[in-house]
Amino acid sequence: MIRATIYVTLKPEVLDPQGKVIKTTLDTLGYHNVKDVRASKMFEVTLDADSENIEQEIDEICDKVLANPNIEIYSYRIHK
Amino acid sequence: MKYNIIIFPGSNCDYDAHYVTKHLMGEETEYVWHKDTSLKDPDCVIIPGGFSYGDYLRAGAIAKFSPIMKEVVAFANNGGLVIGICNGFQVLTETGLLPGALMLNKSLLFICKHQYVKVINVKTPFTVKIKQNAILDIPIAHNEGNYFIDDDGLKSLQDNDQIVFQYCDKDGFFNDESNPNGSLMNIAGIVNKNRNVLGMMPHPERSSDPIIGVTDGRQIFLSIKKFLKK
Repeated sequence: MIRATIYVTLKPEVLDPQGKVIKTTLDTLGYHNVKDVRASKMFEVTLDADSENIEQEIDEICDKVLANPNIEIYSYRIHK
Repeated sequence: MKYNIIIFPGSNCDYDAHYVTKHLMGEETEYVWHKDTSLKDPDCVIIPGGFSYGDYLRAGAIAKFSPIMKEVVAFANNGGLVIGICNGFQVLTETGLLPGALMLNKSLLFICKHQYVKVINVKTPFTVKIKQNAILDIPIAHNEGNYFIDDDGLKSLQDNDQIVFQYCDKDGFFNDESNPNGSLMNIAGIVNKNRNVLGMMPHPERSSDPIIGVTDGRQIFLSIKKFLKK
C-alpha cells in the first residue's frame, strides 16, 4: 500500500474568500504578524499500486477529479 | 417541442422546472435519471438547480461523471440546446461545456433573494424574445455563484459575445452593491461559442408563475419556444 497526501489550492491569482476572512479574524484577535492566509484542501489517498507508475496515476486523479484546472493547482507527497 | 430535465441525487429544482415547462408553457417534458444512458429525444435539455451529490468536492464536480452527462455533452456538441440553472451552470463548467468556474460567494454566505440582471446578448436561442439591455427580476439562491475566468478566457468571452446576463441594480447599473456574489464583471450567465449552451445562476423557473409575483424568467422559456419554431 502506498499513501499519498494531496494538496489542492486556489491559484495565487484567484481570490480566496475563506482565506481572507480567516486572515481578518486573526488580525482582530491580535495576530498582526499574519500577512496572508490561503485555505486549501488536503486529501489522504491510499493506493494499491505499483510504485513506478504512482506519480502518473496521482497526476491523472488530480487532473480529472480532485482539482479544477481553471482555478486550482495541486501538489502531493508520496509516503512509501 | 420537448424538454428533458436531468435529475441527479440532490437536484431540487427539477420539479419546479417541470412545472414551468409542462404546465405553464404546455410543452412535452420528460425527466431523465442521471444513471440513464440515453436522452428521451429532447429539443432542449435542462440541468436543474440543487446540490448534486451534496456539492461534495466542488459544486458540480461529481455530477459530470454521471452516465447521462456523456449523452448531454454529445447532444450539446451536436448543436442541441442545453440550459444549466444554478447547480446546472456549475455542472456545465465542470464538464467543460462552458468556460470558467463558479467559486464560493465573496461574502461566504448562501444568498437567496430577488436579483436584477441585464440582458446584454439577445442573439442567443435563450434570449431571442427579450429586448436588448432589458432588466429582469430573476431570483438567485446559491453558495457558489462567484464566476471566475482568467484574463485570456474573459477576453475570449467578450470577443465572442458570450456574456448573456450581468447582475445590476433596478436601473441597470453595474456596481459592487448590485453584484451579489463577487462575480467577475457581474457575470450572471454565459453561453458557449456556438450559443446553444447557456449557464445562469439566477432561477428563471422561480419567476415564471404569476402566483409568485414576478414572471420575468418566463421570457427565457418563451425565447426557447420562439427559437425552435423558426
